[in-house]
Amino acid sequence: MTTIAATGTDLHAHDHHDADHKPGFFARWFMSTNHKDIGTLYLIFAIFAGIIGGAISGLMRLELAAPGIQYLQGWASMMAGKEASLDEAYHMWNVLITAHGLIMVFFMVMPAIIGGFGNWFVPLMIGAPDMAFPRMNNVSFWLTVVAFIMLLGSSFVPGGTGLGAGTGWTVYAPLSTSGSVGPAVDMAIFSLHLAGAASILGAINFITTIFNMRAPGMTLHKMPLFVWSVLVTAFLLLLALPVLAAAITMLLVDRNFGGAFFDAAAGGDPVLYQHLFWFFGHPEVYIMILPGFGIISQIVATFSRKPVFGYLGMAYAMVAIGVVGFVVWAHHMFTTGMSVDMKMYFTAATMVIAVPTGIKIFSWIATMWGGSVSFKTPMVWAMGFIFMFTVGGVTGVVLANGGLDDNLHDTYYVVAHFHYVLSLGAVFSLFAGFYYWFGKMSGRHLNEFLGHLHFWVFFVGVNVLFFPMHFLGNSGMPRRYPDYPEAFAYWNGVASMGYAIMGVGILIFFVNVIWSLLAGRRAEDNYWGEGATTLEWTLTSPPPYHQFETLPVIK
Amino acid sequence: MIMLKKFLVVMAAMAMPSLALAQPANPAPAPVTKEVAAPVVATPAAAAPVAAAAEAAPAAAAAPKSMDGSLPGYTPMRPDYANSVGMPKPKEVDFQEQFSDNGQYAKWINNAILLPIITIISLFVLGLLLWVIVRFNRRANPVPSKTTHNTFIEVVWTLIPVLILLGIAYPSLDLLAKQFKPAPAEAVTIKATGYQWYWGYTYPDHGGFEVVSNMLKEEGDVAKGERFRTENDGPKLMAADNRMVVPAGVLLRIQTTAADVIHAFAVPSLWFKLDAVPGRLNEKSLTITKPGVYFGQCSELCGARHAFMPIVVEALPPEKFAAWVKAQGGTMPGAEKPAPAAPAVAAPAAAAAPAPTTDPVAAPAAAPTK
Repeated sequence: MTTIAATGTDLHAHDHHDADHKPGFFARWFMSTNHKDIGTLYLIFAIFAGIIGGAISGLMRLELAAPGIQYLQGWASMMAGKEASLDEAYHMWNVLITAHGLIMVFFMVMPAIIGGFGNWFVPLMIGAPDMAFPRMNNVSFWLTVVAFIMLLGSSFVPGGTGLGAGTGWTVYAPLSTSGSVGPAVDMAIFSLHLAGAASILGAINFITTIFNMRAPGMTLHKMPLFVWSVLVTAFLLLLALPVLAAAITMLLVDRNFGGAFFDAAAGGDPVLYQHLFWFFGHPEVYIMILPGFGIISQIVATFSRKPVFGYLGMAYAMVAIGVVGFVVWAHHMFTTGMSVDMKMYFTAATMVIAVPTGIKIFSWIATMWGGSVSFKTPMVWAMGFIFMFTVGGVTGVVLANGGLDDNLHDTYYVVAHFHYVLSLGAVFSLFAGFYYWFGKMSGRHLNEFLGHLHFWVFFVGVNVLFFPMHFLGNSGMPRRYPDYPEAFAYWNGVASMGYAIMGVGILIFFVNVIWSLLAGRRAEDNYWGEGATTLEWTLTSPPPYHQFETLPVIK
Repeated sequence: MIMLKKFLVVMAAMAMPSLALAQPANPAPAPVTKEVAAPVVATPAAAAPVAAAAEAAPAAAAAPKSMDGSLPGYTPMRPDYANSVGMPKPKEVDFQEQFSDNGQYAKWINNAILLPIITIISLFVLGLLLWVIVRFNRRANPVPSKTTHNTFIEVVWTLIPVLILLGIAYPSLDLLAKQFKPAPAEAVTIKATGYQWYWGYTYPDHGGFEVVSNMLKEEGDVAKGERFRTENDGPKLMAADNRMVVPAGVLLRIQTTAADVIHAFAVPSLWFKLDAVPGRLNEKSLTITKPGVYFGQCSELCGARHAFMPIVVEALPPEKFAAWVKAQGGTMPGAEKPAPAAPAVAAPAAAAAPAPTTDPVAAPAAAPTK
């Protein structure tokens, strides 16, 4: 399947001369139409957004480290430039949770995993010179930047009780309509519009590229699994985001033009918003994790020196997850008062997703089984991913049970669950991909020792941070609370300690990146050796500015 | 502008059918008798007009003010701190002890079925990974195998999860059916209304009085002479000035709605959580097995003081509940007969009660006019 050899190494040796004319700095980075440069921009942007989103969660863990309101009022006063009331401090909390969620989802994970790695490696892996619509690619990126600025800007304008949008990342009506007066929520919503538009454009670009620009001989069933994962993700984006756009447009209409889509007093229905939001929101979680699946598949095969086990099963498991992911949305709404039949259906349908996910987990292990596995940094992250994603997945099976969700819904158990699949799932796959491809992208090796150190510190940190949240959820601590009863103090304290450990891990990562960029060893063309069989390894590190001017032919 | 208006009308028209579809299913436990069915069926249309009455001063406000929440014939029960009944326990990893049949069943399903299964699966995956590390590292196994397919094992790891899920689905769906068992006509109805940021508990079967329930602040945080939280009231952030008092051992019909934004009525020790949605009247039955005080907190983000609108349910033996109802100025169903307990043929509409809150249409209409 993915054992692909490009014909003629003489081809790309040839490339170097006429293909490496790079434009000047401004034209190259601000008017870029080059998929690799845009990918790099996305990665830099995602790291920047991740620092902000991560710092916000740091503020939250600091406040939650002990019961009582310690810092919120001070921070709210700082933001407002005057003494903040207690209510404004509480509102500040809601602004923090909202910003953390939106930033991490829309401006960290998605730009990094789709915009960054997708842009960089989809064309390389299918043997294409660039994306199908290079200028649209540029539009996607800059729309994302503007969206991010809009979101950050919303924190400085009134949003009801205090400054900023405090609606939660789900922006539920009527809290987001009649419940939040002021421009902050409008700005946040418009930011989502822009980010959504950017993603739709990106999705169109990926679909077109993958369907039309594969090198001769690269049939769909020969595509590397990372490309498959981006293809499925692009379809999810294309189908889900318009629904979000519609829902939040209806919010804007309700807020500003006298609409009543979600206003019960005028015949609307608040729960309708939740249906629309989660019809987008559930595929969204697969949008964040599927490309991660793809990355992990590449890495596991590379370091086991074996092709992926059950390639077709792996590809179609992702398709199945994508399809079923569209018909399970209301498991986010088990407590809204839906009928018993709906609850039973959504319980059963949600559990079905465990089957293709299980196929993926076991196929990764089977890929390693009988392999000759070397535990380089990316592989260590990939194995961490497999275990942590399993833990997050099985708690998802618990939450799928509508009857159990009656207790667990909106508690820290849910917070623990989705951080296990995202912070320990999607983020682990991001780090794995970063360690895997950094040499290819930058031409310099990352330090192996620091990479392993980063993994272990981060691994311990996030587990100490998120595992106790299961306990908090079991004993009933609700989400989105700035303060809690004394009984929840112990595990909250432990979780905050875990954050500090994780923070040290992130510092090691940045030291590694900076050190490697300045003084890292030069990376060879295929620095992972014989296990790395996809087309990007046939190119130089970094690849020429334009690659594959003569298309490679796949055997 | 005209275009926009037209567009909105079309959009609204498109949105409505989906509402109509979702709505009838909503108050799931269809009550047994038709007469009682009427009050609990909430339609979005019913939500709009009648808002005003619900804002009327609740009966509780008229009750004499006391520093410990006691009334003639009623003293708030002291929570059972020693056994952490109805409240979280420090360093706890498990669910709270359950005081409803469905809660005990649900906790059993989790602790006896799901938790072992998910623990075994996680450890199994971990074990496989460790085995890979030991057995298939580059030194131990320098030459990788070429196997890329094995139909048999792929079928096995598809089918076994399916069987496990079927095993889970059976008790899970059974639990759902039990939770949705409709409350019989004689069940005691209590309507919890979420406000920013407090709860109101209306007793339509007992004269329709409403108890307003605010979080009790700490001694240092209130003006002199104001009531503050004591250990008798409950843990910090969980205690409320007026509790939702209910009879223990009796089937309750808990209805939830909200006046402004969405709230959620949640009590972990009763395995009960139901969103309070403006314009909707959700309901679910509940039987509390033992007298006691059970604490919960609002569980849907509702604005600034989301974390500060606790729920306190006090379950009393039926005769003490009757005394509390009397102290609130309410009446027991079955009209003047002073005989306690056993709410028999309840026909709320027939009871000579103040009109506004027993009016079936007024019930879900707490949404304020904006």
